[in-house]
Amino acid sequence: MKLLDFIKGLEPDKKKSPILHTAYDAFFTFAYAPNTVTKNGVHMRDGMDLKRLMVHVVIAMQLCYIFGTYNIGHQHFIASGQFLGFLDGFHLKLAHGLIKLLPIYVVTHVVGLGIEFLFAAKKGHAVEEGFLVSGALIPLIMPPDIPLWILAISVAFAVILAKEAFGGTGMNIWNIALVSRVFIFFAYPGDISGDQCWISGYDSIAAGVQANYGWWHTGFFNSLFSMMDLPTFNAAKTTIVDGFSGATPLALAYEGGKELMTSKFSMDQIFWGSIPGSIGETSKPAIILGAIFLIVTKVASWRIMIGMVIGTALTGMIFNAWGFNAYMEIPWHNHLIMGSFLFAMAFMATDPVTASNTNSGKWIYGIFIGLVGMIVRVMNPAYPEGWMLAILFVNSFASLIDHYVIEANIKRRLSHV
Amino acid sequence: MNKRILLTTGLILTLFEISFAQGSFTSDMMTYVIIGVVALIALAALFGVTDNLMKVEASKLGLDVEKKDIGIFPSIGNILGSNATHIGGEKAGYHKLNKGFDIQLSGEASPKVEEMKASRYAISPYDFRGISPIPKVTVEVGDIVKAGDILFFDKKVPTIMYTAPVSGEIIEINRGDKRAIKDVVILADKEVSHKMFNIDDSSVEAIKSTMAESGAWTLLNQRPFDIIPSIDSTPRDIFISTFDSAPLAPDATILLKGRESHFQKGIDILAKLTEGAVYLGLDASDKNNPFANIQNANKHWFKGKHPAGNVGVQIHNIKSIKPGQRVWTLGVQEVIAIGKLFAEGIMDFSRIIVVAGSRIANPTYVRTHVGASVSDILKGQIKEGEKEARIIDGDVLSGKQITQNDFLSFKSDQITAISEGNEYELFGWLLPINPRPSTSNTFPNFLYPDYKFEGETNTHGEKRAFVVTGQYEEVLPMDVYPQHLMRAIMAGDIEKMEGLGINELNEEDIALCEFVCVSKTPLQQVLREGLEKLRAEA
Repeated sequence: MKLLDFIKGLEPDKKKSPILHTAYDAFFTFAYAPNTVTKNGVHMRDGMDLKRLMVHVVIAMQLCYIFGTYNIGHQHFIASGQFLGFLDGFHLKLAHGLIKLLPIYVVTHVVGLGIEFLFAAKKGHAVEEGFLVSGALIPLIMPPDIPLWILAISVAFAVILAKEAFGGTGMNIWNIALVSRVFIFFAYPGDISGDQCWISGYDSIAAGVQANYGWWHTGFFNSLFSMMDLPTFNAAKTTIVDGFSGATPLALAYEGGKELMTSKFSMDQIFWGSIPGSIGETSKPAIILGAIFLIVTKVASWRIMIGMVIGTALTGMIFNAWGFNAYMEIPWHNHLIMGSFLFAMAFMATDPVTASNTNSGKWIYGIFIGLVGMIVRVMNPAYPEGWMLAILFVNSFASLIDHYVIEANIKRRLSHV
Repeated sequence: MNKRILLTTGLILTLFEISFAQGSFTSDMMTYVIIGVVALIALAALFGVTDNLMKVEASKLGLDVEKKDIGIFPSIGNILGSNATHIGGEKAGYHKLNKGFDIQLSGEASPKVEEMKASRYAISPYDFRGISPIPKVTVEVGDIVKAGDILFFDKKVPTIMYTAPVSGEIIEINRGDKRAIKDVVILADKEVSHKMFNIDDSSVEAIKSTMAESGAWTLLNQRPFDIIPSIDSTPRDIFISTFDSAPLAPDATILLKGRESHFQKGIDILAKLTEGAVYLGLDASDKNNPFANIQNANKHWFKGKHPAGNVGVQIHNIKSIKPGQRVWTLGVQEVIAIGKLFAEGIMDFSRIIVVAGSRIANPTYVRTHVGASVSDILKGQIKEGEKEARIIDGDVLSGKQITQNDFLSFKSDQITAISEGNEYELFGWLLPINPRPSTSNTFPNFLYPDYKFEGETNTHGEKRAFVVTGQYEEVLPMDVYPQHLMRAIMAGDIEKMEGLGINELNEEDIALCEFVCVSKTPLQQVLREGLEKLRAEA
């Protein structure tokens, strides 16, 4: 307990330096579960608290992080026609992935947590855990080459306007991570949509463009790899091959249906995830394992997930029957593994704060997202994906759905008096 | 109903239109899907018509179509609510409750009853909700009383007497804040002598006056609000739960043993006081349930985890309390006391208490009297340990923290002692060292369903805003939405509180919700504030 006493001795004064105290308190309660005991009411409490809950969502995302990091590098080399096998050039792909991902992760957390700490200090209460999950989600839904200053602005926008303005963790109406993404989507569309943004490490996606390596590539990792006698980053050799467009499978499907999509990417590839896309959304097995983990630990609502699958499948079937264009004719079960559907289902729609609260409401909420998401994905004239907008849209109706479920309950109770 | 047919027809037409407009099918599979969907819709239409015909027939026969849920489909209300039919009409006698959670604690009492004579007993006005803080005390220090003699009464309700649990000498009349009477302490005689009462049970008036005079009336509890009912009130029904599913709670068969005839007499008396019925909630997992032989009461069997034994949960699943309705609830030992009063003419406040928990050296049942001194009951019973012990009057979920200097509360039948948890734990929220009970599968607890936890009072986290949803509903087998109810109470919206079922709940019913709450919200306290607000309005 000597260490504990030493750490307790470091505690800054709350009045003199509120921000320091808030930061101290946040890190202290992170390291040590508090010694508070129950007073009135229950004398024992469940071992579960918000920190533990949130951290389990982060744990569920780890496979997406691992695969996403590697896939950043994989896509980078695919574009130049080198190391075409998935495991070829393993160290280079991993190194490139880390060079891209780590700054995104750090900037997200520095900006987001910084704002959280400031607000907590100002309000005089503890830092709440909400950003643990938002901060882990945001890097996964960004393109690998997102400019860091845009990322910083979007995170600040989301945390301040979508969260703190509503009163902090537990009070927000819209999913924080999606608000930060939608901000970039509307303010800087070129950096998050189209064919240019999904392959990292090139200034633009056109034949003959050379890779753009910085000090970490050529200075740090190259010296490391040459010491170990491994292939190194070579900008001169890494140029985009002819005919490479950088388009995601979804963009291809939008242009030419399943035929065009499968001419470039096989369905297996789309399932396993070696395709261009946002960092964390590509690998379906990683997401499915995360979703199973969330359901088994009862951290996320299975009702929302299944509702969303049902909604998407039904809408997909209707579109199949309609068959108005090539995109609509993609079989409904293929829609379930295309694009970011699964990621949105497992990690975005299940955010308990912005979803419906009641169990029956969760079914409606999930199905409704599936329906709206498919409509946006397939019938939207400009953009081939829909889950971000669909979830934000249905977030706005979550309380309304609850309202009707609750009213039904009240009505049942007050009738037959 | 017509709407449904219209909708179905509309859908069929749209689909036909779609398939015509499409012209050619691109794959066989799609054709099959469309044929399947159309077939499904046709089937649905067929069922819809059948359903309608059944309802028409039923209403011709004079059945209540809305209530009875006649037809093929469950009504929308049934689908939306988990057990919607429970609100309203009475349900049949067997109830399987799927929701709930048993907190397995070590220190279970061995099933034997030890005799225990405490030296001092006390009755405290604090134990009776709604009594004025300074009741009229009719005894003075030094007076000699018999069991059943009046100690004090509420000046606003001068007919209902609060009487002595044992015979002896009044040694203290203690006052608390603002000169309120804290308790009246009696130094007990070796053998309890009883005051004799008139045992005329021929009329309701005679029963009521005997009960009021002897102190037996104070054993009654009125839901909602948990107050002593007024003497001229008639409850809709009377509910008695014959088992307690709370952690380490006493086994009611031990409480009943040898006193069956008094329990039966009590039921007979209570049945005269209500216009409705006396309902017994029985434990369906007990094959030789002695309460099954009790006559003159409607028996309902409950199977499930805690809180299946809570009378509030049972009322909800039998016949719920609507706004404006009043029911009475009693425990097993209260019924026995009332029965004995009318069988033998004495007010016997004797009581079997279970003393249990991980910090109790010899967990057992103790026969004593209401209001016994805790230090006498726990003499040599608290195990020494590194941590302090928390002594609880009641169970760990909704009991009251007490000290050795206190007295048992009026209706208590349990003392629990567990360890205090006032310790920091390194990464305790992520990698806990000590096992702890939890409903969450993030702990490996579900692998060891029979593990008995020691239990400690650490909050395991700090208070937060509501984040998680649906966790309360998992442990509350009632058709209520606790989180929305709590929000309505916090907002002070009385109409919504009533609509969401505040009348059906008290602390022990939502104690488990408070236990599982990830945000560590004090639900019981909030609920009581809401109930008090509602009582002030009424």
